[in-house]
Amino acid sequence: MTEFKRPDGRKEDELREMKAKVGIIPNADGSAMYQSGNTIAIAAVYGPKKMHPQHKQDPKRGVLRCTYNMNSFSVSERIRPGPSRRSTEISKIIEWSLEPVLDLDRFPNTVIDVHINIIQADAGTRCAGINAASMALAHAGIPMRDLILSIAAGKLDKTIVIDVNKAEEDFKEGEGSTDIPISMTSSGEITHLQLDGKINSKQLKKAIEMARKSSKEIYEVQKKALKESVNLE
Amino acid sequence: MTERKVVIPGEAIVTGEDYLPGKGTEKRGNEIVATMFGLAEEINKLVKVIPLSGGYEPRRGNVIIGRVEMLTHNGWVMDFGNAENAFLSLMEVPRFVDKGALDEVMDIGDMVVVKIYSIKGRSIDVTIKERGLGKIEEGIIFKINPNKVPRVIGKEGSMIKIIKDETGCNITVGQNGFIWIKGDKIENELLAKKAIIFIVEKSFIEGLTEEVEKFFKGEKK
Repeated sequence: MTEFKRPDGRKEDELREMKAKVGIIPNADGSAMYQSGNTIAIAAVYGPKKMHPQHKQDPKRGVLRCTYNMNSFSVSERIRPGPSRRSTEISKIIEWSLEPVLDLDRFPNTVIDVHINIIQADAGTRCAGINAASMALAHAGIPMRDLILSIAAGKLDKTIVIDVNKAEEDFKEGEGSTDIPISMTSSGEITHLQLDGKINSKQLKKAIEMARKSSKEIYEVQKKALKESVNLE
Repeated sequence: MTERKVVIPGEAIVTGEDYLPGKGTEKRGNEIVATMFGLAEEINKLVKVIPLSGGYEPRRGNVIIGRVEMLTHNGWVMDFGNAENAFLSLMEVPRFVDKGALDEVMDIGDMVVVKIYSIKGRSIDVTIKERGLGKIEEGIIFKINPNKVPRVIGKEGSMIKIIKDETGCNITVGQNGFIWIKGDKIENELLAKKAIIFIVEKSFIEGLTEEVEKFFKGEKK
């Protein structure tokens, strides 16, 4: 295999610099910010509160409702504000990736609202959004089995890399780029996996293994942010 | 484990077979794992997590402050900041009520201090047949995080007594986080509110009672 160099000089399994902060929105029941390189996501959790309209209430369990939104100034070319085909889809994806760890049976007839805003985008926004939302849900005091960690693996030409940025996502040489966002619990159980591009099963397994390894680093960042939000002094 | 420590969901608190999982924890293998973000505590081998955030869980005997949301033919439906509503029946009002004119006693939007006397499944029944309960006529009401209510009240009401003595206000703390302050002067009411917000913000400080006394000394200058 030829020596492959990532545009920003990172190693294949090197993540971008991460920052996380919990409790950034005073009015929300729980909130968090997650930054990975130039991608910044903020998440706010409201609830559990009564579900309106009433016909959407589930008497057996609570409902998780996520709203993913990319702010119009988040990318270099202004994007049209408001919900789009893409953001509605990503909202649903985020719901599905977070639901398995939540204990929603305890909140019948209610809804937990999670609002995710991307205030700066450089690829991997859904992963940043999921990481922020996972911390915000914990901060809101929702019973959870585990935290969710999310990371985008990628295949650039023939090399598997971790935490793809925008420049790499647009990589066109050789086999081009494949984008694989993966979400998992801290014990490594996958709750969400998407794949956009071409990859063979052997390489996919390698990508998942690498994502699993890197998720440990994200876990430490999330853990630190949550623990630091409590001031016991 | 003797000291309280901050735990995150999925984090193992203690390892060993002889521990029992309490509130906010579950047993996985031979570990007790937190299922909630909060402070972990172990008393007599029972491990539990004290939540720092999250909603109010109604319990029998709690005094809460709610808002009348709806009138029915035999009582009032009240909202107290939870997903479920509480019901105040006509029978639980210690005075004669004209069935045709429930709104003359309590109308939609009125705030009422009530006590939970029964929880059956999802229906919460409340009463005002006790001293100190009933419709709020004057004063100020505001909401705090319901998890901080025990700190505001203090051990056997010690903290709330300091505020009452210092400001001369009448204070009712609802377990759902609503607080009603009634004093003879608006300045005193606002001082009491400021003191409560001070307690909520500094709720982890050791020797909070002294801090609150210092706060009042600073305010009075």
